[in-house]
Order: sequence, then C-alpha cells, then structure tokens
Amino acid sequence: MTEFFQSLGLNYEFAWFTATIAGVLLIALPLMLAVAMVIYVDRKVWAAINLRRGPNVVGPFGLLQSFADGLKVFLQETIIPSAANKGIFILAPIVTFTVALAAWAVIPFDAGVVLANINVGLLYILAISSLSVYGVVMSGWASNSKYPFFSAMRAAAQMISYEVSIGFILVCIVLFAGTFNLTGIVLGQEAFGLGLINAYVVHPLIFPIWVMFFISCLAETQRVPFDLTEAESELVAGYQTEYSSMSFALFWLGEYANILLMCSLNTLLFFGGWLPPLNIDLIPWFDIPGIIWFLLKTFFFFFMFSWVMATVPRYRYDQLMRLGWKVFLPLSLFFIVVISGYLMATGHFGGAA
Amino acid sequence: MIQTIAFYLFAVLVIASAVMVIMSRNPVHSVLWLILAFFNAAGLMVLVGAEFIAMLLVIVYVGAVAVLFLFVVMMLDIDFAELRAGFIKNFPLGIAIAAILLAELVLGIGAYRVGAIELGTPDGASAPLLDRSNIESIGALLYRDYIFLFEAAGIILLVAMVGAIVLTHRKGPADARGQQDIGKQNRRRPEEATVMKQPGIGKGVDL
Repeated sequence: MTEFFQSLGLNYEFAWFTATIAGVLLIALPLMLAVAMVIYVDRKVWAAINLRRGPNVVGPFGLLQSFADGLKVFLQETIIPSAANKGIFILAPIVTFTVALAAWAVIPFDAGVVLANINVGLLYILAISSLSVYGVVMSGWASNSKYPFFSAMRAAAQMISYEVSIGFILVCIVLFAGTFNLTGIVLGQEAFGLGLINAYVVHPLIFPIWVMFFISCLAETQRVPFDLTEAESELVAGYQTEYSSMSFALFWLGEYANILLMCSLNTLLFFGGWLPPLNIDLIPWFDIPGIIWFLLKTFFFFFMFSWVMATVPRYRYDQLMRLGWKVFLPLSLFFIVVISGYLMATGHFGGAA
Repeated sequence: MIQTIAFYLFAVLVIASAVMVIMSRNPVHSVLWLILAFFNAAGLMVLVGAEFIAMLLVIVYVGAVAVLFLFVVMMLDIDFAELRAGFIKNFPLGIAIAAILLAELVLGIGAYRVGAIELGTPDGASAPLLDRSNIESIGALLYRDYIFLFEAAGIILLVAMVGAIVLTHRKGPADARGQQDIGKQNRRRPEEATVMKQPGIGKGVDL
C-alpha cells in the first residue's frame, strides 16, 4: 500500500505513515462491525440451543440488535462512583479495548495481507494477550468496591495460569513450523497431512495440544465455563459492576475482539489459516479468496465458543486452578519433550522458513 | 525522521514514567507507571532492532512480574504517616545511595566522553554483523556456545524453586486444612448425596 501512496506524490516516509494508518483503519473498522455481528450470532446460537428465539425485534431477524444496544449505551450517562480512583477508572476500559485491537496488527488474513509481517509475530500475540489482564485488574481496583476487586484478583490469577500453558503449546507449534512468523506458520501447513490436508491439527501429536489450546483460549478470554471473573451468581457482574455507558461498551467490545482473536489463532496455528482445507484442485476452491477461508474457519471456531457457552456449566475456582497448573502445565511440558523428540527422530524441521 | 521522533517519544516517556514511579503517592499508581516504563523500554529495544528482547521484556516483566507486583500492592493497606516517619530515619542512607549513583553517572559520562567502547571479540577483531535473526543468534549462543552455563543457571533456578516449595509446603491431615480430594468429589453420585422423603401432613422430617 506504501507504493500506492508514493505514486500519489508523497515521499517514502509519509507514504508509509499514511499507508499504515489506512491499514489500521481497514482492520479496526471491519473488526468492530464483526464484533457487533458476532455478539448477535452468539446470542442467536445460545438461544437456539436453549430452544428460544433470541434477538428478533430490531431489524430483519433482529440483525440490528447490537447496533441498537450500542446506540442505547451511547446515550446513557457515564457514572463514575465518588469513591473510585477516577484516572484509573476511566483508563481501564480504554486499556482493555486498545489491547484487544493491537493484537490484530500481526494477524495475516491472506498471503501478504497483514499490517505488520514481523519476525516475532507469535511472541507479539503472546505479549499483547498478556497485557489484557491489566484492563480487568485496573478496573477492579479503581472501582473501590468489593465485588469488582474479587473479580480482578481472580482474573489476574486465572490469566497468568493459563498463559503459561498457552505459551508452552505455542512452543510446540513453533517447533513444527520453525518460525515465529504467523505467515510462515500458515505456509508450513500447506499439504502437511499426508500431502493432502492443509492443517497441523491432523497430526496425532498436535491434535491433543490443539484440544488443550482451545480450552486454554476459553480460560484466557474468560468465556464460559471459565467466566469466574464475571460470575453473576457470586460477583454481580465482576469487574464491570460499577461501569456504565461507553466505558462498559468498551469492555464489551474488547472482550469480543479478544474472543475473535483467539478464534483466528486457532485457525492460523492449527487449521491452515487462509489455505483451503484440502490441497487438491478437484473442486475449484483455490479460486475462493484466502480471506474467505480464513473468515469461515474463524467463525466456525466462534460457533464452537458459543456452543460451549450454551452447554457447559461454570467451573469452580479451585477446579480451574487445578486444571491449569496440575493438568495442562505438566501435559504441555510433556508434549514439548515428545514433539522435540519426534522432530529430532524424523528430521522433520518443516515449514517455509 | 520517524525513527528519531519515535526514539525521543519513547525515551522521554521512559524517563518521565520512571520519575513518576518514585514520585506518586499511591503505590498502585507507582506500579502502573513502572509498567509504562517497561513498555517504553520495549519500544526502545524494537528501535535498535532487538525485537526478540523487546517481546520478552513485555511477556516476562509486563505480563507476569508486574501483574504479581500489582496483585500484591493492590491488597496492601498503607499508612502514609508511618511511611513518612520512616523517611526521616532512612534519610542518611538515601543520601549515601544517591551520592554513589551520582558518582557512577559522572564516571559513566566521563568515560563516554573519552570515546565509545569498541565492541569486539576477545582476539581484538570487531564483532561480525551476522546475517541471522535475533532468535537464531540468541538460540545459538544459549544452546550451543554457552550451553553449560545456561543449564547451570537453569538448575540453580530449579533448586531455588524446589526450595521455596519445600519451605512453604505444609504437610498435615488433609481434612483438617480443608483440602479437597477432587477424585472423590467427581465420583460422588446423586444417590449418595440426596434422599427422597415423603413427610406426612403436619409432620417434620428426620435428617
């Protein structure tokens, strides 16, 4: 895109600057639209599994429900509790929202369609997702109210615990791909399974770590069954209890942007990203643009997130910690050893490095 | 030009937030300023091309260490009057440390004025610029050239961790400490936990 702006007569630096800003907007605005629609999908799937109708009043099939909610939230009054720590109270939702958007900078939507194709893309994702805990912790502390505070402490412990196992799982994938670059990881999956299937997940050593990754993603984004930070039967609404109006909406948007990010990570790391499922040209699916495949797979994972939300009851907090530290951590460490051994034995250091 | 702007932005923010760490009265604010300082330091690392170190700085310090700081500091109940009383007592010590830091700073700037250090290999040749990514170079150094030292450091850390666990872990009767047997809980069935009663009208139930 830089070349396009250079052709308009800008010098290189300003062309690069303009191109980056345009790229940011090109990712962020559709993402916000996607978040609005995904909230609707979430509620519809949940309703369908509960044999309800779900949102069906605003617009055709209730499609505009999220926008109506957004408008309502815009028009509300912003309430700041008098005992709250004002600066941090206002900063917290902004941090959540910004961090949720920042991670999308390195997500490749198609070959070459990525804002920042950096060498350490996967580490960047890990770094940014480890920041998302701050929004929750800051809001919980700044609200100066006991339920948000409990929620903040739970969130801090929970996200640190599951980050450890996510980190180890990502190491396994990096070992297979031989690169931290997300585009490289996707390209490494081309014709990976029997020269036919474009996905890492078909490998018998990777399938179990994908299952662990999916569960850890649920915990990392605080989705059911690990939504203990906003367990309404115990903590009112958790860290969001004291928030209203736009600051509440920012939490909401950030949360769903994070969920979409985790779904896209599932797609990129295990299910071949923008590549079609099979590497044969029987059906003309190489003519379908890669971004369509990417979005289809991502929304499939979002459907799985909703499915889990509608079917599984909430975990107890000590069980959550036990699962993280006593089950996932040893298992993922074990898989690192096994996968390194497998790669050493077979000499397969694959990927398009 | 953008590099220059970015450098001065990050540098000024690092210094400003580092000053705010020691200036702010609320310890939670201090930790949050510290996080900002870490973050901008990571930005500086990216500018010099050490993107791997930058990401590690964010993952390890911002993502884990500072969260634990915040976690502890959030729960503190700090008496500021008492803190100020301690300030007078520790004043001479503070002055001494400040003097040492000042001397080091003067020494450092003086040495810098004389000329930059030639970064080079032990035999006197200048350090070669490698055509490799950061991760490959660090991996080669840690896991090939200095593998013994690296493993030794790892074992020391492991021993420290085991020691901490041994010191704090108390063994005792599990039930007295309210510890739960997850397997037992999962094996429990409704038949053992609930009973059906058909009380007559006006009569209570024996439990």
